[in-house]
Amino acid sequence: MRALLLLLVPALLFSQPARDTCVECHTAMDGAIQRPALLIKDDVHIANGLSCADCHGGDRGSDDMSVAMGKAKGFVGKPSRAEIPQFCAKCHSNPDYMRRYRPQQRVDQFELYKTSVHGKRLAAGDQNVATCVDCHSVHDIRAVKDGKSPVNALHIPDTCGRCHADAKRMAQYGIPTNQLEQYRTSVHWNALSKGGDLSAPNCVSCHGNHGAKPPQAESVSAVCGSCHVLFQQLYEKSPHQAIFSAASGGGGCTVCHSNHGIHQPSTAMLVGPNAVCAQCHDKSTEGANAAEKMAGWIDTLGASLKHSEDVLSDAERYGMEVSEAQGRLADGRENLIKARLAMHSFQPEEMHKPILAGMAIADETLRAGQAALKEKDFRRLGLAISALFIAITLAAIWLLIRRIEANGSGYLDTPAPK
Amino acid sequence: MTAKITHWLDDRLGLSAIRELAAHKTVPVHSATRWYYFGGITLFLFGIQVVTGTLLLFYYRPTVAEGFDSVRFIMTRVEFGWLIRSIHSWSANLLIFAAFVHMFSVVFTHAYRRPRELTWASGIILLGLMLGFGFSGYLLPWNQISYFATKVGADVAGSTPVIGPAIARILRGGNDVGAPTLTRFFALHVMVLPMITAALVALHVILVQKNGMSTPPWIPLSRVRQMKFFPNFFLREVMVWYGALAVLGALAAIFPWELGEKADPFASAPKGIRPEWYFLAQFYTLKLIPSHVGFIEGELLGLAGFGVVAVAWALLPVWGVNRAGEARTRLVTGAGIFLAVYLVVFTILGYVK
Repeated sequence: MRALLLLLVPALLFSQPARDTCVECHTAMDGAIQRPALLIKDDVHIANGLSCADCHGGDRGSDDMSVAMGKAKGFVGKPSRAEIPQFCAKCHSNPDYMRRYRPQQRVDQFELYKTSVHGKRLAAGDQNVATCVDCHSVHDIRAVKDGKSPVNALHIPDTCGRCHADAKRMAQYGIPTNQLEQYRTSVHWNALSKGGDLSAPNCVSCHGNHGAKPPQAESVSAVCGSCHVLFQQLYEKSPHQAIFSAASGGGGCTVCHSNHGIHQPSTAMLVGPNAVCAQCHDKSTEGANAAEKMAGWIDTLGASLKHSEDVLSDAERYGMEVSEAQGRLADGRENLIKARLAMHSFQPEEMHKPILAGMAIADETLRAGQAALKEKDFRRLGLAISALFIAITLAAIWLLIRRIEANGSGYLDTPAPK
Repeated sequence: MTAKITHWLDDRLGLSAIRELAAHKTVPVHSATRWYYFGGITLFLFGIQVVTGTLLLFYYRPTVAEGFDSVRFIMTRVEFGWLIRSIHSWSANLLIFAAFVHMFSVVFTHAYRRPRELTWASGIILLGLMLGFGFSGYLLPWNQISYFATKVGADVAGSTPVIGPAIARILRGGNDVGAPTLTRFFALHVMVLPMITAALVALHVILVQKNGMSTPPWIPLSRVRQMKFFPNFFLREVMVWYGALAVLGALAAIFPWELGEKADPFASAPKGIRPEWYFLAQFYTLKLIPSHVGFIEGELLGLAGFGVVAVAWALLPVWGVNRAGEARTRLVTGAGIFLAVYLVVFTILGYVK
């Protein structure tokens, strides 16, 4: 045992990292052939102990180019665009291999890719569609969680937009190229880019990533419903479900909310010149009247809660203790949310319960705020009256002192203590 | 009838002796007489604390589950509860301020000289007790700010050399601020500290009566007139107390003491957490000291420094006079100005930064 240790210690002391002649030689070259060797230092595969030869084959330990890049050593060189998905899948579809590095990593990317529009078109011979490297980059592939990765949640819209916002590239497919532009006006983009909420939806949240394709009309509500669960449940039971599903060019939620440019919803969607309801429901019809009624309720509750909030804030500014009422106001806001949610049943009576509950809370908190302000006035009046009494008392004491001391009484000329 | 009752009481309580004392008590009248009022203001505010604190006890519940809600109940449901609680909180702060002014007036008028060494020492201990009242009372509403400020305070106390960890454990009743801390702070605030304070206040006042009020050394005694305490000075003192009461009422009515949010030990500490203003100077000093000075921990060095200064300050009657018992006026006034400027400047810096 001791002898073995004696042999091991010098081996450990003098051991050096394995050479990589691929990087060494390509770094010394110029132009495009040098680029991979320069990029590879940031690659997640290299960070996990892999090398060029693990993808491209060959012998990274040999100085002899014919050996290092020889077929005998399994060198396969650069794959064609059509071969790329299969090339990556050699490892990424192999659970046993992937388990060594990322035990929780999925291994179905290639299977999904084959079902995607990209995958199908590639299989059909279209070399213009996205393959793995178009999204993940190549030779400087970073982990998805890495903020610099093109497939990090923050960069997904730009990565997809690189092709899908390119009118020239998309011309042959006849699909619009304004999705990115519209998405950047949406609440989802605001949440992602300004709010820093990485869970906010980006392109892949709705379209899928490796299996990317546009959601069909009947699956749109399921796509939105994967986050907006309760909205979907109500919508599925509503009379609009059947009608919207049959709509051409999309359906479900997108009929009213659009798809990529989803804006903050408001009652202006129900009534007014830009109302989406008015696109189908003519004025004075039952549907238009219901929309008007629901908008009125929501606006009234919203305004009432805002008024209560302002009055409570006023009271708080004067130092009044109104935290209990402010806590109650949160329940009122919850009812407003419930009312907005209930609207998706498109049955006004479904909204009535949360609206009434919310209005009761708005009224209760308003009274609490007004009482606090009244109490503030009472306190100040009390202060003024007591200040007056104190002033009168002070004046009376001062007069008493003057009377007592009128003839010098109370003062002695004996020496003071040291 | 009244005479009969008076005579009966006099027979048993010896009222005539008290009357005699009151009749002969005098106050020197000179340019620094106004500083005498601060002792009275401090005593008056302490009385306010005792009365309002007792009233708060009727409703306050010293538990983690009910502490915050009971204070909120006092502020919102109890008739004039807001006034009592706000006056208690404002008065606590004004009391500490008045006690500091009183202490510095004693320093600058050199009233610590023989035979008032014990009056000075009892006063210094009382000031420490007032700070103890402030520290323990601050936690009782069990709100977010007080919870985290107490954590910081207990940690600082825990850095004291040798005995620090034991002090911190005793203060907290465990390794962290929690339910045991609240109950023991409550016990300290309403029982332990008041009993010690009551005894020391009695001693302090008796010593003031016994030795009389000191005249500053720069005023020739032959030129100082005396004013009778009863009723001349006492009436003036009542005027000052009334004034203080008006200020307290105004502060309570216009700026009711905030309650904040209920303490949540799992929440992250609020930004810019800092102790009450009367601990800010020391807090800011500790922040300025590097983590290590040589081989000594910075915080340890700071605390040791505070300890040395506090002991030296308590021993002022020893080093502040010469062999003849005369005040070393330049030295003491210089030290007093230095300490006052340090406290004011560092308190402001601690508040601003």
